[in-house]
Amino acid sequence: MKFKYIVPIAFIALFSSCSSDDDNITPTVNEVEGLELIQIIVNGEQTIELYNEKGLFETGYNMISLRLKDNITDTYIEDATLSWMPVMQMPTMQHSCPKSNITKVLGKDTVYEGFIIYQMTNEDGSGWSLTLNYTIDGVDYSVSETISVMQYDNQNTASFMGSDDTRYILALIEPTDPSIAVNNMKVGLFKMENMMTFPVVADYIITLDPRMPGMGNHSSPNNTDLTFNNADNFYYGDLSLTMTGYWKLNLKLLDANNEVLKGEDVTDENESSSLYLELEF
Amino acid sequence: MRTLITVILSWFISSFAFSQEETKETIKDTTKLKEVLVISRHKLSNYRQEKTLSSIDDYLEKAINVTMIKRGNYAWEPTMHNMASERMVVTIDGMQIFGACTDKMDPITSYVDVSNLEKVAIGSGQEGTENGHVIGGGIDLKLPTSKFNGSGFKSGIDLGYETNGNYKTTGLDLEYTGNKFFISTDGIYRKSDNYDAGNNQEILYSQFEKHNISLQSGYKFSETQSIDANIIYDRATDVGYPALPMDVSLAEALITSLTHYYNPEDKALKSLETKLYFNTITHIMDDTKRPIVPIRMDMPGWSDTFGFYSKAELMKNKHHFTFNLNVFHNKSLAEMTMFSNNPNESDMFMYTWPDIRTLYSGMFIKDEFHFNDNESLVSSVRLGYHNNKIAKEVGAQSLQIFHPSVDDEKNRFLISLASAYQLKKENYNLSFGLGYGERAPSVSEGYGFYLFNSFDNYDYIGNPNLEDEKALEANFSFKQNFNDFEIGIQSSYFYIMDYIIGDIVPNVSSMTIGAQGVRVYNALEHASIFDMYLNSSYKISEGFAINATVGYNYGKGNDGENLPLVKPFSYFAEFNYYTSKFNAALQLDGNGNQSNFSSQYGENETAAYAILNLNFGNAFYGKLGKTILKYGIENILDANYSTYADWNNFPRQGRNFYINLSLVFN
Repeated sequence: MKFKYIVPIAFIALFSSCSSDDDNITPTVNEVEGLELIQIIVNGEQTIELYNEKGLFETGYNMISLRLKDNITDTYIEDATLSWMPVMQMPTMQHSCPKSNITKVLGKDTVYEGFIIYQMTNEDGSGWSLTLNYTIDGVDYSVSETISVMQYDNQNTASFMGSDDTRYILALIEPTDPSIAVNNMKVGLFKMENMMTFPVVADYIITLDPRMPGMGNHSSPNNTDLTFNNADNFYYGDLSLTMTGYWKLNLKLLDANNEVLKGEDVTDENESSSLYLELEF
Repeated sequence: MRTLITVILSWFISSFAFSQEETKETIKDTTKLKEVLVISRHKLSNYRQEKTLSSIDDYLEKAINVTMIKRGNYAWEPTMHNMASERMVVTIDGMQIFGACTDKMDPITSYVDVSNLEKVAIGSGQEGTENGHVIGGGIDLKLPTSKFNGSGFKSGIDLGYETNGNYKTTGLDLEYTGNKFFISTDGIYRKSDNYDAGNNQEILYSQFEKHNISLQSGYKFSETQSIDANIIYDRATDVGYPALPMDVSLAEALITSLTHYYNPEDKALKSLETKLYFNTITHIMDDTKRPIVPIRMDMPGWSDTFGFYSKAELMKNKHHFTFNLNVFHNKSLAEMTMFSNNPNESDMFMYTWPDIRTLYSGMFIKDEFHFNDNESLVSSVRLGYHNNKIAKEVGAQSLQIFHPSVDDEKNRFLISLASAYQLKKENYNLSFGLGYGERAPSVSEGYGFYLFNSFDNYDYIGNPNLEDEKALEANFSFKQNFNDFEIGIQSSYFYIMDYIIGDIVPNVSSMTIGAQGVRVYNALEHASIFDMYLNSSYKISEGFAINATVGYNYGKGNDGENLPLVKPFSYFAEFNYYTSKFNAALQLDGNGNQSNFSSQYGENETAAYAILNLNFGNAFYGKLGKTILKYGIENILDANYSTYADWNNFPRQGRNFYINLSLVFN
């Protein structure tokens, strides 16, 4: 008879002891929760950890979180300044790609972030290296490491020569999780000033005509052209998606004088613009 | 097989030997606004119902106010006063039930069979609001009433064959009726191959197969109280729709109810009937039988409804009151998956009905006031609260592509009023009625997403912000007898405000490959519908009679354009001979040229047609029961024709020989 009292008491004791164990440890917030580690770069006394949602670099827009660890004290450094330079080695030359500065994430102590838009890669993911320069307490450090950049299934970035003889790079940033709705579309537009410099292009217009080639080039209504937002230097527009599946987002790039730099209208004769991005969900 | 033939033969012989019983002919009274079709298979002659094993659709088509829209040889859509499903309420014994197909391929009438029903009550216009808010009218498919008359075991067999389409029907029913308990069950099986239109033109994809079983049982607690349970299971498979780009691989319904009856004697309250019900429908459209399609797709749909009603009949002085309180909840969900011809591309998916919940509660009150033996005034009111909710978030989001503001929920308060004066004299009957009614948009009209209408070749998008549709109605009927000659006229006029119809949205690309564009449901400011039927009959002698009906219909919007699916000039004439054991009829059925067609909504001019039918019926009465034999030829001249109500003008059946045999064992 007593057994039935003992069991619950034993359970209570067990669980309460467990929870009291937790109470004794000072709670540590995992500031990279929900992110996957891409790579660790060890540079003498520091280690740099690179994270994003997928845990790998892919062509297109990559939002990257970084942490910098002091290997001696085993703590994360909270007041460093960082910058980076991704470089792709080609047979005869090398070039970089569009990227942001690295800034501290608001509300977090140890995490820095920024984005890199890889416009291309080799089939096996090779070719890219990443140089990180950082300053801790007035001391400069630098490290270079080979990285892997995988080819994304769909065309989420376009690198093209405009009719003004300038090379542009356009990358799809949002929607990351598209739905049958009017989606907020966000793209980044950069020009290739030289092999290593890719400044933002402001105040152009990108027209949008989403199509489903699998459905007789079905289009959706009430899309809007993408316009520049000088608060964050990206382009925004409305993208209507009437069903799931493969969408080809046909685009035209117009400069500030409404001159077409790249792309054509989609008509019955012309199935697709030469400037497009792809989306599948 | 041989034993079966022997049984049938000996049955015939015994029937001939003991033929005594009489049946009464049920003649349709065209001056009554409330039309009742008797669906008993086991009577020799229900007026113009030449086949005992007709589908419900066939029966309905014989009603003056009803025309069936045909998309194939199965599941026809009833219309009343040139108004289709969304402007009507079709119920099964007061139970709300809604089709699960976004393309109206499964009207409710397709989920029951003649074996399930006793009669069909048709209420024209606002006379049809007992079970819901209507503009065109209401149809209630009545289940058999429970009986505790101690008649014991009864059984019946039905066999039917039609040459055109090799159409076979088999039915079996069994019942036991005690004094306190009854149970009855029946099953019916129908199968038809492709039929031939006139001139032996085979209509591909016009086949169908259907099973229907039902079980009904009742128990009588006391002289005043009884309870009744009813289950109907209906399953149609391999249903072809020659007029549409897709077929149906499965249309399945389970319809259940539990009813309590209270019939106090010698009180003002005559009866109180309360029913709890639940029904569920699964409908699967597919195109696997079509060899060439632009893209393969699956379009399943589901519709679940539960609810109750409580109906009381009160008699006080010269008043006869009917109260009906009803509540129901429906969930309609339909989706579409398209499989890209490029195998590397992922499947395309959308909700065509994004899980729409409808909650309705309402009250109906009717008073039949008899001034005297000849005059009466029937007035009714229905008040209802109608709530629609989009349960899937993506549903509201997808509609926002077309409508800037879409609320998840929409509430409507609906009102229907009707009043009719009736005068019945020995030589003439007269009635005059006025009505006002409102209705909420249907699920498709409110929330449909890229519903392809092959009639006008447009994709339709629902509009959750539609106003209620409202109608003012006036109707009139008159019938006069001159000895053996009778002439009657009946007419209805509807002035419909915010008439819901699809509006073309320019420069929006269709989803369906090959469609012309997209229409969003919107409303015409107003529309007018008028119809008038004139009928006459003359009794030549005791057995011989001739009758004829001509009809005129009119429908126009405020833009001066014709409304779609308005019946052209129609006529029907019949010469019949009738005795208690034999009947024969020669029928002429035709329509004039459809000159007032609606080109905007995909109609073209449907040519005039006329067909001849010949039918016979024999009744044999014997000690063991009776035998009803019906046989005849439809479309004797093998005309190749289609009517205004045939979807995309696909041709109707050519010449057809049929025979129906019903054996009833008492």
